[in-house]
Amino acid sequence: MNSKQEILTALRRTRLPDVALPSVPDELTTYADPLAQFRQVVAAVGGQTFDVQGPAELAAALRQLDAYRAAANVWSLVPEVPSQGQRWQSADDPHALETLDFLVAPGQFAVAENGAVWITDDQVPDRAALFITQHLALVVPAREIVQNMHEAYQRISFDKARFGVFISGPSKTADIEQSLVIGAHGARSATVLLVH
Amino acid sequence: MAHTRVDHAANAAAFIKNGERTHWHDQALWFVRAKRDRAVLTVSEWEQLRETAAQIKRHTLAHLADYLEQFEEQATRRGIHVHWASTADEHNAIVLQILREHGAQKVAKSKSMLTEECELNPVLERHGIEVVDTDLGERIVQLREEPPSHIVLPAIHIKKEEVGQTFHEHLGTAAGATDPKYLTEAARGHLRSKFMAADAGITGVNFAIAETGGVVVCTNEGNADIGVALPKLHIACVGIEKLIPRAADLAVFTRLLARNATGQPVTTYTSHFHGPVPGGELHIVLVDNGRHELRERALFRESLCCIRCGACLNTCPVYRRSGGYSYSATIPGPIGSVLNPARDPKRYYSLPYACSLCGSCADVCPVAIPLDEQLLQLRGVIAGKKYLPLSKRLMMKAASFVMKRSWLYNLSGKMARWWLPKLPRFLVYNRLNAWGRQRELPETPKRSFRELYRKRHEQ
Repeated sequence: MNSKQEILTALRRTRLPDVALPSVPDELTTYADPLAQFRQVVAAVGGQTFDVQGPAELAAALRQLDAYRAAANVWSLVPEVPSQGQRWQSADDPHALETLDFLVAPGQFAVAENGAVWITDDQVPDRAALFITQHLALVVPAREIVQNMHEAYQRISFDKARFGVFISGPSKTADIEQSLVIGAHGARSATVLLVH
Repeated sequence: MAHTRVDHAANAAAFIKNGERTHWHDQALWFVRAKRDRAVLTVSEWEQLRETAAQIKRHTLAHLADYLEQFEEQATRRGIHVHWASTADEHNAIVLQILREHGAQKVAKSKSMLTEECELNPVLERHGIEVVDTDLGERIVQLREEPPSHIVLPAIHIKKEEVGQTFHEHLGTAAGATDPKYLTEAARGHLRSKFMAADAGITGVNFAIAETGGVVVCTNEGNADIGVALPKLHIACVGIEKLIPRAADLAVFTRLLARNATGQPVTTYTSHFHGPVPGGELHIVLVDNGRHELRERALFRESLCCIRCGACLNTCPVYRRSGGYSYSATIPGPIGSVLNPARDPKRYYSLPYACSLCGSCADVCPVAIPLDEQLLQLRGVIAGKKYLPLSKRLMMKAASFVMKRSWLYNLSGKMARWWLPKLPRFLVYNRLNAWGRQRELPETPKRSFRELYRKRHEQ
């Protein structure tokens, strides 16, 4: 008997009392102004948000960021924002992204309760870019906001996406004496641009 | 090793010798607990969420074989390679085999209590494979050749001066440097070079979704994601109890996990892996290693619902003041005091006694495991097997003899109230009286509670 059979047989040997699969609690916390909640949580987790009126304003908003202005290599996956410096083609060896200073990537939607943005490899095929970049900006349509994670998972389908990630704020650690340090391994800053 | 018995009280005694440090450790963990409370208060449906999470886990345990098969089927359909391991040794052999087939020499590993449990690193190292733990806390303890002392905060017991010294020796940081920002930056540079050089990434798994055949990894640093996005090979090691039925169930668990663990609204990165990087391979190793036996035993079953948030450690008055190493186990704290004696009651006989039965662990548990009840019942199991030291057994016998006879109990109380204040110090505060160490006994009351109660009743 191989290990799979061994494990399954052992598990089936003992029947446990059945517990019905529950549904979501009826009353969930919601926010009258989900965008305001989202902005507040992103700030609390060490990120920042900008509200821009239309995609044409994205570049101007980004120029307000020191990290963006200082970036030699900017890779933009958003048509309205130009890339700069070193150029990458999708499906290149991701190790080449080591020199990426600033990534501008589209997000599908934002979550009010925890400041997270949902991103899949549909829009960002090189998943390494999201984590190896020194700084990250996510562009999300302001109308694409959900209240909480229950609504979020209702919107997500894993049929196609091989990789999907919620990102909430910049990379961080508190592993040295519980002192919060922003920029552990991933992005040192995270900005969400809400496009109205 | 397996035959040495763990004496928690003796280990803790060594830890608390340094009173200042004990206090510091206690406060560091209480800080996390306080952050957790603030985060939990923002979710008014918290208790319903816990109840829902507990039901999902209990349902999954009841149908675990079916969900594992569904998981394998869905994962395989996506081109993910699924492996099954009955034991830790088999898990290690499978991981080694996959790495060898890919000619992998260098591995970037992210946090995984399962690979700690299986002691994977030494096996890989023996076969010439370099394993770098990439979580900052885990890297710190790895460089110091220590195990993690906490399941979420591996280096919580180490002071920044000590981290500075370790980094000075291994990473060449300035001597005497203690600034966490500076030290973290040094680790970032060091680990980037390790990520760039790695041939494979190994991760643990927070949740495995039966419905979709994918796995979810929650981190704050981003180390797991960089570690598996650069090389072509990702191996994810998962205990069979990590299964959840549906993707929608993730909503419940992601809402609970980070809030309860560190007081964050969610981890920075919640990554859903349903396939490898383009042109790469994703291998998932499903590990039993004694879990099916826990599932069969009603007393321990619910401990398989644990999502490893660490809140029971942070809140435990004993853990906070005795440190993770006093448990001599991969998983310390209240949950460890159930899991370890469940597997090896002889070796871990003392852990259920490292507990004041205050119940705080059960109160904060996001899946409502009745940890305090389990610990109490475990004491019965351990006493029944005669695993307690003779001194404790005799004391219990004597106490039980007295407490079964109310006249004797009353008489003992009377005698104690009369004699205790009159006895010379050396007779009260000596080696035999553990309660007299580090503290003064309370003043002896003139009357017993019973007498006071009776008197009050008469008035």
